[in-house]
This record gives sequence, C-alpha cells and structure tokens, in this order.
Amino acid sequence: MTSIGTGYDLSASTYSPDGRIFQVEYANKAVENSGTAIGLRVKDGIVLAVEKLVHSKLLVPGVNRRIQTIDRHIGLATAGLLADGRHLSNRARDEAANYRDQYRQPPPLKNIADRLGLYVQAYTLYSSVRPFGISTILGAVDKDGPALYVVEPSGVFFGYHGAAVGKGRQLAKTELEKLKLTELSTREAVIEAARIIYLVHDDAKEKDFELEMSWIGDETNGLHLPVPKDLQAEAEAAAKAVLENFE
Amino acid sequence: MPMERILSPNDPITAPKMPSLPASSTHITGTSVLAIKFKDGIMMAADNLASYGSLARFKDMQRLQAVGEHTVIGAGGDMSDFQYIQAMLDELIIDEFTAQDGHSLGPAEIHEYLAQVMYARRSKMNPLWNAILVGGVKDGKRIWKINLVLPPRRFLSFVDLLGTTYSASTLATGYGAHIAQPLLRTAVEGKEDILTAEDALKILEQSMKVLYYRDARSIDKYQVATITARGISISESRRLETSWSFAEGIRGYGAQTQ
Repeated sequence: MTSIGTGYDLSASTYSPDGRIFQVEYANKAVENSGTAIGLRVKDGIVLAVEKLVHSKLLVPGVNRRIQTIDRHIGLATAGLLADGRHLSNRARDEAANYRDQYRQPPPLKNIADRLGLYVQAYTLYSSVRPFGISTILGAVDKDGPALYVVEPSGVFFGYHGAAVGKGRQLAKTELEKLKLTELSTREAVIEAARIIYLVHDDAKEKDFELEMSWIGDETNGLHLPVPKDLQAEAEAAAKAVLENFE
Repeated sequence: MPMERILSPNDPITAPKMPSLPASSTHITGTSVLAIKFKDGIMMAADNLASYGSLARFKDMQRLQAVGEHTVIGAGGDMSDFQYIQAMLDELIIDEFTAQDGHSLGPAEIHEYLAQVMYARRSKMNPLWNAILVGGVKDGKRIWKINLVLPPRRFLSFVDLLGTTYSASTLATGYGAHIAQPLLRTAVEGKEDILTAEDALKILEQSMKVLYYRDARSIDKYQVATITARGISISESRRLETSWSFAEGIRGYGAQTQ
C-alpha cells in the first residue's frame, strides 16, 4: 500500500499530501474483513440481516450478536470490529433516550443517524483516538415510515433503499438492486434477505456462519424484534433450496 | 443601643434553622384510584378528572398507565409528578427492551423500583406527590433444575409519596381509601379466586359511583384497566349512571337558598 512508510498514516489527525486520511481508510479495511450485513427498506418495514462468522465451534450458538436494538422502533447492524459495534450501539441508545427526554416523542431515525455521524466523525480528528472500525446500518419505522441509513468510519451517513456492508457487499448490492424494494412486503423481504446472505457467504474460505435477522413493521407492531423462529427457519430453508438449484 | 430582638419563629434571623423545603405546592391533582384482585388477574379504576384546587380543570386525564407488558399503574395526587413518573418508567422499559435478553420487568419489579424512587425523593425533602397503585400479572418463575414452571401470579401493591408500601387484595388511594376500601373488602376478601372479570367490574363500578356521590374532587367519567395473563386492556372512558333527585330534600346539599 502506498501509505505505508510515508509517515502520513500514523495518526488520524494528519492528512497525506494528496488530502487523504489513511487511518480512516484502514478502518474501512477492518469493515471489509467482516461478515456481510445488509438492510432492506421495503413498502411497510425494515429487515436487517447479518452473516455472523463463527470463529470457533466452542461458542454457544446465538452469542456475540451483531444486530442490536436502539429504541423500540430502531435496529442497528454492524460490520467490522464487534466491540466497536457494541460501543456505538450504546451511544445510539443514549442518543435515542436523550431525544425522548428532550422532545417527549420517539426519535426519528434521521436524527439518530445525524448524531451518530457526528460522534463517529469526532474519532477522525484526534491523534489520541482511532476511527471506528465499523460500518453501521440503522433501520427504523418512524413517523415518516420505514427509514434506512448507513454510517461509515469517516462519519458520513446516507439514506438508502437497500444497504450492504462487509465482505460480500458488492455481490449483495447487485442482488439488492435486482429487487423491487418499494413493492416488497416485510415478510417477503425476510426471505430475500436470507437468500442474499446465503448467496454471498463464501464457504470455501469461511466454513461456519450464523444468520442473524431482525425486522420492524406492521407485523411487529412497529417494534424492532428478532425474526420469529418459524419464519427464520422457512427463510433459511428457501435460501438453501435456491442455492442448490443454482449450483 | 441596638433594639432587642423578640424571638419569633417568623423572624428570618431568630427563627430556628429548618431544612429548606423547595416549593412543592400541588396544583393539578387527581383523586382516588381503586384496584382489586379477581380470578384471572387485577382490575383497576380511576376517574378522568384532573382538578385545579376545587375547579374541575381537565376532564380527559388518563390516570391509568400500562408499564411494559404485564403492569398497570394508577395514580392520584400531583398530575405533573405523575407525568414525570410515566416518562421515567417509559425510559426504564425501553432500557430493558433494548437489552433483548429475553427478560422483562413484571409488576413486582416496577413496584419495587417506584418505592425506591419515592423514598429517595422524600429523603431529599422533595417528594413526588402521589399515591400509586401497581397491579399486574406475570408468568411464574421457571425453576430450571427441576423444570418446574410456577403458575402466573397476580400482584397488587401500593406506594405513596413517603415510599410507604403495602399489599392487599383490595386497594384504594386518597378519598377512596376511606369511602371505597371498606366496600371493596366486603365484596372481594375471600372471593379473590372466584370473582370473574364481570363481577370485578360491577364491584368497581359500584364503588366509583359511591365515590362520585361523596367525593367533591371526582367526576362521573372513568376508565377501567384489566390485567390478566393474556395481557393488558385499558377501557375507553365510560360514564356513571347516577340519580340526584334525593338531593331536593336535603338541606345544604342541593341548591336551596334557605
């Protein structure tokens, strides 16, 4: 890499001569090494799905969750360093509680994404800290309907119809683009999300993974909840069937 | 020669130093809350009035509030303090929800939490000016070693501005503690496991009616909350059927001028 040995990558508070901040770019590398996370914003809700790579057979199934709940109606999925994801989700909860305290209403996702963007960006300013090694997908159904945002290590955030971060993001994005997201129901989106995660999973390199899925919509009463066991099983079975036909 | 001061409790200099009390004059108040146990759970009732002194200021106040999936609280006393408590408990419930650990707070936990807050505030000489009933039903504990699941348990307890707590199968706050509690005891005690929801509703209705006749800070619009193992329901506002013709004959009760 061109940045190595130049001395411009030793701190996040130093630009390189051509205007880049290498520490932020390294943070993006940390995200690229992580299992894929995707988010779908559909007609009446949100679906989040994560390919959680299981690094040891000794782990208890279901631990080290990468999808977190921020408020009743807000979910967050991360790709990158697990501990950074935990820290940011705690911050997001504080921000959501703070918004509720000030305005006495459920926080719109835009406000939470905005506040998290500011927080993440602050970690690109000082030599004493490192930037967050995560990309964060935020999903919610708020007063304006379903909303989906991605916050990157640099602190920028954008709204999306469909989002993918982590190792398999390229393929996942191509698959997301094929879907008519605005016409899909949340239940249908769960099936698609499972299919995409199974598709992008590379079992030549990584053997084992757990599919983690959550949703927000009319069926959950506007709450961010894990996808029910039976629907999750149905989605995984469908995903495996599609893959077998494909091969 | 300086004039000798006369010792007076009102004199700012000679008065003994008392701990200073923040102004805690109560303005908008709610009156009684009633609650009873019945076969399937807890039923609670409170009217919709928020008074400004003796003025019937707000007639659409909801004084029963669901807290989480298994609990309802009902409050009398200062309504702004009650609204503060509602916001505080909502934050608590969200904290528990976001943990997504498969646990949720039941009525016993919420009552204990409230009691700790109420007692802490009275110890700071700044109490939250309420009397609150906490009622609910939550699944029994699972004792995993012997794989035993205890049956759902009813819970009904009181807590007030001093942090005082007590439980009984019938509870009432404020004026209701004097007027309705004896009636509720007669109707409920010993029959907690027999009374149906229909029976419970009739008992509460009757007591609300008596309170409306006797309590000058009450109104004939009220709501009823029912908490069972199946969940919580808080009714729409309903009206009490009352008849005032008897008032004609009572001196000092009706509109006589003589």
